[in-house]
Amino acid sequence: MVPSLAIRAQGFSHYFGAKQTLKNINLEVRQNEILGIIGPAGSGKSTFLRSLNRLNDLVPGSRVEGLLEVEGRNIYEPGISVTELRRRLGMVFALPVPLPRSVFENVAFGARMAGVKDEEELTRLVTDALKKTALWDEVVTRLETSALKLSGGQQQRLCIARILALKPRFILLDEPTSGLDPVSTMKIEETLRELKKEYTIILVTNNTKQAARVADRTAFFLNGELIEVDETVTIFSAPSDPRTNDFIRGRFG
Amino acid sequence: MRLDRRTEQKLVQSGLWFFTALTIFILIFIIFFILKNGLPVLSFKFFFTNPREMGRTGGIFSTIVGTAALVVMAILIATPFGLGTAIYLTEYTRENVVTRIIRFGAECLAGIPSIIFGLFGFILFVTKLKFGWSILSGGLTLAFMVLPTIIRTSEEAIKAVPWAYREVSYSLGSTRWQTVTRVVLPSALPGIVTGVILSIGRSIGETAAVIFTAGSALRLPTSIYSSSRTMSVHFYILAREGISMPHAYGTAAVLILAILVINLLTYFLMSRFMRKYC
Repeated sequence: MVPSLAIRAQGFSHYFGAKQTLKNINLEVRQNEILGIIGPAGSGKSTFLRSLNRLNDLVPGSRVEGLLEVEGRNIYEPGISVTELRRRLGMVFALPVPLPRSVFENVAFGARMAGVKDEEELTRLVTDALKKTALWDEVVTRLETSALKLSGGQQQRLCIARILALKPRFILLDEPTSGLDPVSTMKIEETLRELKKEYTIILVTNNTKQAARVADRTAFFLNGELIEVDETVTIFSAPSDPRTNDFIRGRFG
Repeated sequence: MRLDRRTEQKLVQSGLWFFTALTIFILIFIIFFILKNGLPVLSFKFFFTNPREMGRTGGIFSTIVGTAALVVMAILIATPFGLGTAIYLTEYTRENVVTRIIRFGAECLAGIPSIIFGLFGFILFVTKLKFGWSILSGGLTLAFMVLPTIIRTSEEAIKAVPWAYREVSYSLGSTRWQTVTRVVLPSALPGIVTGVILSIGRSIGETAAVIFTAGSALRLPTSIYSSSRTMSVHFYILAREGISMPHAYGTAAVLILAILVINLLTYFLMSRFMRKYC
């Protein structure tokens, strides 16, 4: 059985002003896979991720061309609700950014903004989200304390929980472990493998080994172009493009 | 000739220490001087009876009420306008010619001497709009005067909120308004409040802008159309016309204590607020 498509980019390009940051990307993401995106700094991997939840819209001069479909619908066509789109594609950033409020309120934030008022429902959402990220046991006694007091690794898992409470379909991660120690990184990776069962995950990482460890398929970006995308095993054992080979062998980037 | 590093370090350190000490000394001296002359006059009666014989006897109750009314009115008008402008400039528009003109205008407004505001308020509110010498005219004039302060401090405070907070808020599906009201403003609040306190301080102490617009009636004000004398105007008239120096110092002492109390109260409220959010 061919896995169904969740995201499809076709001839997708992105510009910041006159500078082209993504060049004619053709990429498909399957449901319930972890797609790793690797590439050197400035290769456009984060820009691609931020095109998916339209966070690039916030930057002046941002412009797109081509087709970018999420679950069969072009997300840049008029009439798309950007707020609804962003709830569907939850994003985790490189540095954990807890909002200056309690652990509970951080996780409940998105749901509150979406208009959920019922405290019981909020409590259920928060509890579920924290359990899915294996954070529940660590913070159950500290739900009312400031999220800023958690450790770095806990904060990043809190950020994952925060998007899970929105009941998204996708999880977009932008170098989520770049600021974390190896143990915290391991915990995040375990969490991702668990979450794959329910969500489609795109993991941008500056750590090629991380892609090798957790991604089902891996895409290699270079200078705004998608060089190749294949099963992770293939990419790391027999890439078809010599540039991919050079990158994963650590010859540049 | 070069000094060796140690001596140079010592010289700089003691020089800077001297300036700091001198600044603090002047501040303490002024406060001490006024309190020393003013405190003996203070009594329950001084606070709670109206001035009699032009202020030679009696208390300053009506001027306390007048000051409070003017300041409250000025702040209630200036804060929404100033904060609204700051939010617009930072969150709802990009840097362009219009924002630069607004900012330049606000800066010019800040540099205008207060007596010009008084004259402007007198012509516009007192005579043209026929509000007369009143708390309304004075409050509006003071509001114009403190507007730049509130715009600038609010803008700085809003700009200081990390961009990442906004990014997180948007990425969680918030609208712009939700992001501004639920994430940006709570984080910027300490800075905004600082601006408001500064404005309260300036309004309480303002004399020139008020004497032309709120007048100097000694009666207890009964509505926003009443003319009223503020504490600073009262102090000025008492001292200028040699009516009663003790009562002038008493009024000054009350002014200083009022500013002190407002500051302490706000810091107390802020620390409670911060504990909730951070």
